[in-house]
Amino acid sequence: MTAEEIKNVLSGRLGEEAVLELLESDADGEAVYDPPQIVVEAARIAEAALICRDDEALRFDSLMSLGAVDNGESLTVLYHLHSMTHRHKIALRADIPRAEPSVPTVEAVWKTANWHEREAGELMGIAFEGHSDMRPLLLPEDWEGHPLRKDYVVQDYYKGMKVPY
Amino acid sequence: MAAPTKALRTDEMVLSMGPQHPSTHGVLRLELKTDGEVVEEAIPHIGYLHRNFEKHAESLPYFQIIPYTDRMDYIAAMNNELGFVLAVEKLLELGGKPIEIPEKAQYIRVVVCEMNRIASHLIAFGTYGMDIGALTPFLYAFRDREAILGLFEDICGARLLYNYIRFGGVSRDLTPDFHHKLRRFLSKFEKNIDTYNTLLTNNKIFLERTKGVAVVSVDKAIQYGWTGPNLRGSGMKWDLRKDEPYSIYDRFDFEIPVGETGDCWDRYKVRMDEMRESVRIVRQALDQMEEKGLLDDPNYAAKVSAKLRPPVGEVYYRTETPRGDLGFYIQSDGTNVPSRIKVRSPCFTALSAMRELSRGLLVADIIAIIGSIDIVMGEIDR
Repeated sequence: MTAEEIKNVLSGRLGEEAVLELLESDADGEAVYDPPQIVVEAARIAEAALICRDDEALRFDSLMSLGAVDNGESLTVLYHLHSMTHRHKIALRADIPRAEPSVPTVEAVWKTANWHEREAGELMGIAFEGHSDMRPLLLPEDWEGHPLRKDYVVQDYYKGMKVPY
Repeated sequence: MAAPTKALRTDEMVLSMGPQHPSTHGVLRLELKTDGEVVEEAIPHIGYLHRNFEKHAESLPYFQIIPYTDRMDYIAAMNNELGFVLAVEKLLELGGKPIEIPEKAQYIRVVVCEMNRIASHLIAFGTYGMDIGALTPFLYAFRDREAILGLFEDICGARLLYNYIRFGGVSRDLTPDFHHKLRRFLSKFEKNIDTYNTLLTNNKIFLERTKGVAVVSVDKAIQYGWTGPNLRGSGMKWDLRKDEPYSIYDRFDFEIPVGETGDCWDRYKVRMDEMRESVRIVRQALDQMEEKGLLDDPNYAAKVSAKLRPPVGEVYYRTETPRGDLGFYIQSDGTNVPSRIKVRSPCFTALSAMRELSRGLLVADIIAIIGSIDIVMGEIDR
């Protein structure tokens, strides 16, 4: 299926108002999106994910990767999907405001999302609502700040100890 | 001695396995909740090797990131480099500024990656035996791996972290006698695989420890994002070299070994069989190089500006490393430094299934699982 068709299936089942935009590579190569991204309203991402997994025509049974990006004024969560059945790919994209970085979890849709969301949660500071276990995964439990944010400042002190650089 | 009464305490006991443990393949801590010898749950605690590669990458020009990718999966550094280099080359290609990669470089890349796959599977095989109590295979495996590392040392000077595959090609040409040495190694090594199968694969004790342990169905494997030999062990014929051919893998003839039941032994066996297929690929690559007269061709890399500026855009590209699909998400803002890189590690997703897999097994089985999913902590923690 082409990205356009996938988007049509998704907006047909989820509702037009929740599927915001399709980002595809320009013909002149000025902006590149590979795979193409479908921007979905952040609050409804878990519903969209479930449709993507279960719809007969889509069957995105595999979550290749889940990553968060800091775009300055907003944060983005990207879900790279692949269908082992139909052999097509797409990325779902949820843009969330920096002031209130929260998005529903897709852990129940793909089990692998559990760890990916924990990682994005601690490194980018995103709350995944409904996640079963948001303990830090890669960082120590008392780490301050979210290292992958662009405005992250490396601490001079860790628990009162000067950190040498 | 009095017989135990009913009042004997039978609470669960929490055991810490690691962070330093010979069977954890790096620094990994497993929190085991046990009821006697039975494990109720094994919770992995990772992050001991976390260096935040992704943050480092945001402050470095593209070509300076390649050595960092070596340090993720240090057992298969060539494959990591190739994954990253191909992702950036893909971004350039889609942006209308493709790099023309010389034929020779294409072949060298495949040869070194398949050699590294063999070296990596040898470690998986050797350490798996050692975890389970068979020390001898480990020594055999390291003998052959040593020969491969020697060949890598010849062509790039490094034995573990190569920084060899670059944008547009590779960093150095092959040495004049490289293909002779390699062919000699291949014919010796192919016979050795039979020895290994006698030593360990069909060993009764090994079979007892691994057959029927931690069976994973295809559906569950996909749910957990398992890829590579782990997914193939469950019986799914899925290999990016065949299914989404990258580089020049479509020019070679090879099989994809798969398991039947998805137990620890199947995952192990897939790796053993894959080594034979890698030997086939390397042989074909050498033959094709000879046919095309590439061995004397001095053109092993395209000229690429040190200030490489991929176009604005986002790409997610994945390749087949010895451990599964290694994915690179790269966001470029048009400068010579990426604005975001995210790595999707195959070991990371494999280990995330540990908690569910371990339920109801014996403590000794936990070690059998870790060996069978073949993890490298450097890549999980990044």
